[in-house]
Amino acid sequence: MNNTINRLHKAFESRIRLGIMSVLAVNDMLDFNALKEYLDVTDGNLASHLKGLEKEEFIGVEKTFVGKKPNTKYFMTKAGKKAFADHLTALEKLIKGVNE
Amino acid sequence: MKEQQEYIRDIAEMRSLMERSSKYMSLSGLSFIMAGIYALIGAYIAHKAFRFNPGALTDGATYGSFANLPKIVFLAVAILILAVGTAIFLSVKKAGKRGERFWNASARRLLVNMAVPLGAGGILIFILMDKGLVALVAPLTLVFYGLSLYNASKFTYGEIRSLGIIQIVLGLVSSYFTGYGLLFWALGFGLVHLVYGVYMHYRYER
Repeated sequence: MNNTINRLHKAFESRIRLGIMSVLAVNDMLDFNALKEYLDVTDGNLASHLKGLEKEEFIGVEKTFVGKKPNTKYFMTKAGKKAFADHLTALEKLIKGVNE
Repeated sequence: MKEQQEYIRDIAEMRSLMERSSKYMSLSGLSFIMAGIYALIGAYIAHKAFRFNPGALTDGATYGSFANLPKIVFLAVAILILAVGTAIFLSVKKAGKRGERFWNASARRLLVNMAVPLGAGGILIFILMDKGLVALVAPLTLVFYGLSLYNASKFTYGEIRSLGIIQIVLGLVSSYFTGYGLLFWALGFGLVHLVYGVYMHYRYER
């Protein structure tokens, strides 16, 4: 039991971070505005959570320009995919464990 | 540490986010029904008022005798605008009800995926009309529309895929039996849309 909880990664404690990872799991790449639309959060809030995930190297950033406007796109890294999958497995175990 | 209930809620929310961000679910079954009705009315007008009946390819009538062709094109474009307008209106309403935005990244992706086959088909059809190959216009609108639906089905309801295949098959059959272009067109854009819309409406909106 304790072991399972340890595997619930701290980086995913916040629901917004979990949301970001969920959305990026099924999309190759999304820009800031698309993420904002799906998650329904403020700019500042989203930016700080994205920074946090970036620091963990769970997501990557690609900066391009659309005309003169900068466009930042986010994608999930290999490490992020693994961490997310592990997190899901841990969640699954936790819920099954309690139900049994 | 979070409670068990909270983890379950987390999972439910993740699931909904994954679906919402990969598929556009604000399309309304009612839009298909309305599109079907517009198409049937349009086909009736084309048949009765303009006596539009594109003959076989080899038929001499294919050339020249379509004095009404500009009117037919105008009618077709009017139907298209009406159908798309209705679909947008109903999607805005449905998105509002679902607490989503009508125009989001999923909508954009759906549209881009439809636009490529539709654009290619549209250009080809105008070229064919310019060359006087009017008999192939109705079949090819069905084929390219079907292709665009097939392509778009990954980004919205999966059932759109079968709708696309039906339209492609109808278009191909009708390109062989060129004398029945308008009939097949009414069948595909009218009747099939109508039946499909009713199915979608009962399946997802009740």
